[in-house]
Amino acid sequence: MLLSRTAEAVYWVGRYLERAEATARVLSFHTELFLDLPRAAGLRWEPLLAVTGSSDTFEEAYGEADEASVVTFLAVDMHNQGSVLASLAQARENMRTTRPVFPRSAWEAVNSLYLRSGDGAAGVCHRGHRHEWLQGIIADLQRLTGLLEGHMCHDEAYAFLRVGRHLERADMTTRVLDVRAASLVSSPSDMRPYAEAQWSNLLRTLTGYQIYRRNVSSRVRGREVLRFALQDPRFPRSVEYCLTQMAHGLLELPNHDRAMADCAAAQRLIEDAKVADLPWEHLHDYVDELQLQLGRIDERMAGTYFRAPVSSPTVLLATA
Amino acid sequence: MNWREYRSDRFFDELIDPAGSPRDGVHGVAEFLGSLEPAELRHRQEAAELAVRSMGITFTVYSDGDNIDRAWPFDIIPRVIPSDEWRRVRAGLEQRLQALNLFIADVYGEQRIVADGIVPADLLARSVNYRAACRGIEPPLGAWAHICGSDLVRGDDGTFYVLEDNLRVPSGVSYMLENRLVTKRVFPELFRNLDILPVDDYPAKLAGLLAALSPRPGEAPTVVVLTPGIYNSAYFEHAFLAQQMGAELVEGSDLTVDDDVVYLRTIEGLARVDVIYRRVDDLFLDPEVFRPDSALGAPGLMRAWRAGNVAIANAPGAGVADDKVVYAYVPDMIRYYLGEEPRIPNVPTYVCDRDDDRRYVLDHLDELVVKPANESGGYGIVIGPRATVEQLAECRAQVLADPRNFVAQPVVNLSTAPTLCDGEVAARHVDLRPFSLYGEGFSYVTHGGLTRVALVEGSLVVNSSQGGGSKDTWILDPHG
Repeated sequence: MLLSRTAEAVYWVGRYLERAEATARVLSFHTELFLDLPRAAGLRWEPLLAVTGSSDTFEEAYGEADEASVVTFLAVDMHNQGSVLASLAQARENMRTTRPVFPRSAWEAVNSLYLRSGDGAAGVCHRGHRHEWLQGIIADLQRLTGLLEGHMCHDEAYAFLRVGRHLERADMTTRVLDVRAASLVSSPSDMRPYAEAQWSNLLRTLTGYQIYRRNVSSRVRGREVLRFALQDPRFPRSVEYCLTQMAHGLLELPNHDRAMADCAAAQRLIEDAKVADLPWEHLHDYVDELQLQLGRIDERMAGTYFRAPVSSPTVLLATA
Repeated sequence: MNWREYRSDRFFDELIDPAGSPRDGVHGVAEFLGSLEPAELRHRQEAAELAVRSMGITFTVYSDGDNIDRAWPFDIIPRVIPSDEWRRVRAGLEQRLQALNLFIADVYGEQRIVADGIVPADLLARSVNYRAACRGIEPPLGAWAHICGSDLVRGDDGTFYVLEDNLRVPSGVSYMLENRLVTKRVFPELFRNLDILPVDDYPAKLAGLLAALSPRPGEAPTVVVLTPGIYNSAYFEHAFLAQQMGAELVEGSDLTVDDDVVYLRTIEGLARVDVIYRRVDDLFLDPEVFRPDSALGAPGLMRAWRAGNVAIANAPGAGVADDKVVYAYVPDMIRYYLGEEPRIPNVPTYVCDRDDDRRYVLDHLDELVVKPANESGGYGIVIGPRATVEQLAECRAQVLADPRNFVAQPVVNLSTAPTLCDGEVAARHVDLRPFSLYGEGFSYVTHGGLTRVALVEGSLVVNSSQGGGSKDTWILDPHG
């Protein structure tokens, strides 16, 4: 038995934890890209705001986008709901209200991670410290994922965690693709020499570099990267992989028919994508469509499980 | 550190006698603590604070901006009670809770105790915790107050007194459990060399007690912990206990009542609830019967309870025995219902509604503590020896105007225990809150309880929201 309110909070624990990790990766590898490319490449920080979908909030609070402001905003700003630290805080708060379904060790891990991250937040503008801070968080979140996998009951709550995590991950992969691809294909021709470095960096952001090199190709080419990040069923951050995981999670839940159908529709969008022929300028519209479909799955989760109207107790269940 | 240099002026100290020697039965602990240098103690205190933080042991403070949960204040030096002494206290607590349950059942039943002239009728009629809606109800197994948190203090001669019986929604047991976990991390060597009675069986005992109340025996019961939500000062405890018992942690909005049956809103639809361990006050339980503006309970809950379709612990109305005037009658209740003498005394209490008592109180206002019957949290208390002439005059006027609403007690000097303050060991005042469980043919008292300590020198205020801390409490078997 799982309370609707608990299910929703757990689903969001999955999303917030994934969001914290993905944002930390984006920040970490964008910083690295700065070290790799010559200044002439004209790399900027604004695109990160688009990746995390937070440009408007940023402009209101900071105005100009430079390294210090963007990094502060995305890493530690508690007024930015999507910052690494705010995501950790929300995950912790949700876990605090759903302690019975989580192993005690998981609560302590999230609590410690949040407190430690807050302690180290001050130095995040310094590149050396930033790297350490972000990589520490990523490593701790990976440890937490393992802990949940190994210590938590694989029950319905776990299914919500899984669906939340992979929905967030799919969403993040599409955003990274959209923004990075757009800036790459629109850049002037003299930047082309750096294209391979940038696609490689995109793969690293998604932890897919090594997998790609080993399983796809030793050359990093835009088309191949796109196909890999959208469709490769073996790559844990591909949209295809995430949708499969969500479907597996949904299978564990009652009344999943409509959510499964939404998931399948998203999967068709992925499988039917003509990646090889898709004009780059159409990529943005395609990603938009994909994100809308992911949004529909999220709404379906809410409508089916979190805020389902309960009018008649004729649908009662045995509670044992 | 050297215990000969430790002083607790005029007060009974829990660990060290006035000559500077450890009391009987606690030598081992005193010796070990005595062997630690101040730097070592400080180091262990820091380790404890780190553990408290990472374990997420918090309490809630309303007025602290965004940061509503604060780290739990904890002192590493345990408060130690020898087990043979504790056995007597435990027997006294069991006796008391049994009598209180018989009293509550009588109050909502025949009221024999009133008819027999032991307790005045007026006492009940004017209690703010008396619930007319509970008259004539017989809850499962005849128990009303299943869970009790008693406040115990020690006077100058070392006698334990009961200061209060908390029967509404007593809290603190989770901190007792967490304090033990922290202490085990800080002083692992002591647990190897001493026989310290374990405390961690409480959640299992509570879970068993609650399950036994289910109106559908034979089926696996659904037990829920009903919390007012994250802004409640004891939210940490509600979540903790639900987790430890494997129960659902629910808020009023998760519940719905249909045809006098309580249901939970789950991802599969509605699921029946059998037992509610409520941490919501009576008046917020059911807007149909009590406060109509309450969103913390569920409409219809009382109908379901009266129909016997759901058990509620503590039962609504159980707080009637948790009143400062009713408290004065508890020793009489024990004699009346059980035919026994009380094993733990009350603090002597003058009931201002009685003429003789009132005369005495008015003649000795400057020596007594005067308490309003129906306030809690220390509100309205006048401490005679510390009050101004104006305050005493005002107090006198209030007592004369409404004698039923006042009781008075002599000042009880709380005992002290060695406590680490700014890196040095010093005497600080402590109280003790053990937790008792009561069911049909079943009673249980925690091994020890939650020791609260006033961290400010000379202070008697042990509340965590007002500068109080806490200690692990050890019931020590010296022969084990």
